[in-house]
Amino acid sequence: MPVLCSSCAEKRAVLKRPKTAHSLCKECFFWAFEEEVHQTIVSAQLFKHGETVGIGASGGKDSTVLAHVMKVLNERYNYGLKLLLLSVDEGITGYRDDSLETVKRNQQQYELPLKIVSYEELYGWTMDAIVKQVGLKNNCTFCGVFRRQALDRGAMMLKVDKICTGHNADDVAETVLMNVLRGDIARLRRCTAISTASEGEGVVPRCKPLKYAYEKEIVLYAYFKKLDYFSTECIYSPNAYRGHARTFLKDLEAVRPSAIMDVIHSGENLSVREGVKMPVQGTCGRCGYISSQALCKSCVLLEGLNRGLPRLGIGKHHRLHEKILSQQPLTQKEERKLKAVDF
Amino acid sequence: MCQVDEEYNGQLEHRVTPRVSKKCVKCKENTAVLIIRAGDAFCRGCFKEYFIHKFRAMLGKNRVIFPGEKVLLAVSGGPASSSMLSQVQEGLSRDAPKKLRFVPGIIYIDEGGASGQSMEERERAVAQLESVFRATNYHYHIVHLEQVLSLPSSVLEAGSSATEKPQTGSSYKAAVDQFIQTRKNQHPDLSVENAQSHPSSLSMQEVENGGTSPITPEQTQALQRLFASVRTLTAKEDLLHTLRQHLILHTARTQGYTKVMMGDSCSRLAIKLLSNISLGRGASLATDTGFSDPRYGDVVIVRPMRDYSSKEIAYYNRMFDIPSVFIPGLDTKAQDKASIQHLTESFVTKLQTDFPSTVSTIYRTSEKLNTACPPQNTHTQPSAKCLLCVCALDTKLEEFSAYQATLISEQLSQRRGPGPGFTPGTAAAPGLPPASSASQCCYSGGGQHQSCMTGEGGCCSSAKEPETVDLKSLLCYSCRLTIKDMTAEDALPQYILSEAERRKRRSQMREEISEFLLDEEEDEAILRVNGSL
Repeated sequence: MPVLCSSCAEKRAVLKRPKTAHSLCKECFFWAFEEEVHQTIVSAQLFKHGETVGIGASGGKDSTVLAHVMKVLNERYNYGLKLLLLSVDEGITGYRDDSLETVKRNQQQYELPLKIVSYEELYGWTMDAIVKQVGLKNNCTFCGVFRRQALDRGAMMLKVDKICTGHNADDVAETVLMNVLRGDIARLRRCTAISTASEGEGVVPRCKPLKYAYEKEIVLYAYFKKLDYFSTECIYSPNAYRGHARTFLKDLEAVRPSAIMDVIHSGENLSVREGVKMPVQGTCGRCGYISSQALCKSCVLLEGLNRGLPRLGIGKHHRLHEKILSQQPLTQKEERKLKAVDF
Repeated sequence: MCQVDEEYNGQLEHRVTPRVSKKCVKCKENTAVLIIRAGDAFCRGCFKEYFIHKFRAMLGKNRVIFPGEKVLLAVSGGPASSSMLSQVQEGLSRDAPKKLRFVPGIIYIDEGGASGQSMEERERAVAQLESVFRATNYHYHIVHLEQVLSLPSSVLEAGSSATEKPQTGSSYKAAVDQFIQTRKNQHPDLSVENAQSHPSSLSMQEVENGGTSPITPEQTQALQRLFASVRTLTAKEDLLHTLRQHLILHTARTQGYTKVMMGDSCSRLAIKLLSNISLGRGASLATDTGFSDPRYGDVVIVRPMRDYSSKEIAYYNRMFDIPSVFIPGLDTKAQDKASIQHLTESFVTKLQTDFPSTVSTIYRTSEKLNTACPPQNTHTQPSAKCLLCVCALDTKLEEFSAYQATLISEQLSQRRGPGPGFTPGTAAAPGLPPASSASQCCYSGGGQHQSCMTGEGGCCSSAKEPETVDLKSLLCYSCRLTIKDMTAEDALPQYILSEAERRKRRSQMREEISEFLLDEEEDEAILRVNGSL
């Protein structure tokens, strides 16, 4: 006997929701999924009427579904938002060039304007060139730091009011676990926030409308909606340490499907003891971007690349910030430490 | 962030391989016999000194145990708690100035009834432990898990602490004075010196007090039924932990102990921290893993072993012949993915072998945490605390949270009637802003109205039948998950059910008179009503 949809009780169910274990038909699942994102947006007051919102689009499943749902909800509930797609071209041959093709197709399908900012135009370095100098270790540090800033810079160029990214519940839960494993108390406190709006002036606020959507449901949604997305792992990501957290989270989900939400619930209810030293937000002495140090991470990384000392930004070399700012030469000993390690 | 060895590169390059005939890093005379951490090789004597010092330093730093206070040592027979027992013995056997000055007792909870051990196996384990306990000359209590079935409801209430929590050095002195004063008033015959100089007089009672009260096969069966009604091992382990805490608390209260020492090592606490996060216990993380846990008010849990890694403990126990007893538990021999707790344990253990700083990093994270809503253990109404784990309730429905998102998901996938064909826009909230949508009425709504979740039809219509006690509204987020995994809520021990009923009645009473209560009370009422579904 076919299982009936637990929501409409008329149609035949085609899937079991990973989040609630209810059997639903296709239409009811779409409706529930979209409605949940809508509830998240409304209850967290993510947007205001008339705002311009940039959707961080990588061509992957999360951002493709996000772009689709945002467009649907914007029309259905008359958000009055001006949506556009914002992509970052890291310059990774065989990965990003292909995924950007997907984004370009999405642009046509959804009729949204698209802006691509590239590492090459912003920093003068493509990821391919960086990996050539740095090697396969630590290159994700460069990519991650640069992407964050590239999104912001692209957003400022387009004069958008907000950026939304496709981070899903699995990503948030995984980040909670990662920050516990790394002992990063400052990020542990911030990482469950749905929006960075409270973090201060000078940056475009970013938010995660899919924060409570399970990754598996995003895939289900994309699958049944027949959305066009690009699914390949980055060729440079060896993915080891975060990979541990990811595997652990997947195992947790297998034991108890609500574990993803439970981890987020835990993260939302944590707070930091008074008197624990927290980084103070300031601005970078060189580019004016937000930074807790004298120089922002991406200026330090860039300086390292340009001086041929790629390890300058890996690990903690805060002492050297003053030297870099005042353009003093580094000592031989310091230079030796910061050269790329040969393997 | 996403790569191996990111932060360790520097250290890895200068790695020194330990040689066999290395000298002790401390005394630089004797040959080292073990390496605790990378590079720290200790000789036997220095290791012993280091180990003992750590225990006293932990107690000295935190200053929560008063001279002459009765302290209950929770010993499971495992390496960490056995090691703790030996440290207490060591501390109490010393000469005057440095001697620890509290009065210890031991408790062992025999959980064989829940983990399916035979009566013979349980008796054998108890006999082994008794011989260890007898050798200490301390008062001891063997408690069977079956006894949880006959606990009084009062165990679930947080007591008020007799003494104010000491903060700094000077107030510790004041607290000690106050403690001694109250004690003298309560027991005029028992002074500090008295209690300490005659430890043997206490141990005289051990035969009648510490001796086991017999349990009947019926009780064991009732306990087994309770655990059989729990569907997952995750929930079983959580329930067992809760019941164990209740038994320890009850024993401490009835026997006049005001502190309970738990043997959680730093490795254990790292696992506990991560598994509690995974279980949704983030709100009470600080009390669950910190040095002292004041949630019960009159009895404070302390964890003096939290600075030792399980490796250090294992070395110490082996070198100095500290006896420990292996007793299989619920998850012994279980597969990695059998439960969240077990999965976390194997995850942390495996990660620790590849990244040796894993445990200490997680552990240090716990020291920086605090609870979002600080538990005011003495003044908060019992209704604002979880019925089972006695932590502050973390189920207040905020505008927007993971908890609310889960409820919305449940509602949306169950709702009958208006589906996608239903005109969009009428079902839920209008555009942006305002934020408060019409559909939220069913979440922030009435206290005992069961909305959406169980109701057949629309929102806020069906009131639940009065006979069954709705446990969920009295529980914290995580304990709700545990109860959700049970086939029948009424399989829980009677003391829990009757306390639940009592709290329900209280909250109904409060609702009836709510309009006559003044502001402060009102705030609490709102908090409580929101907490219930």
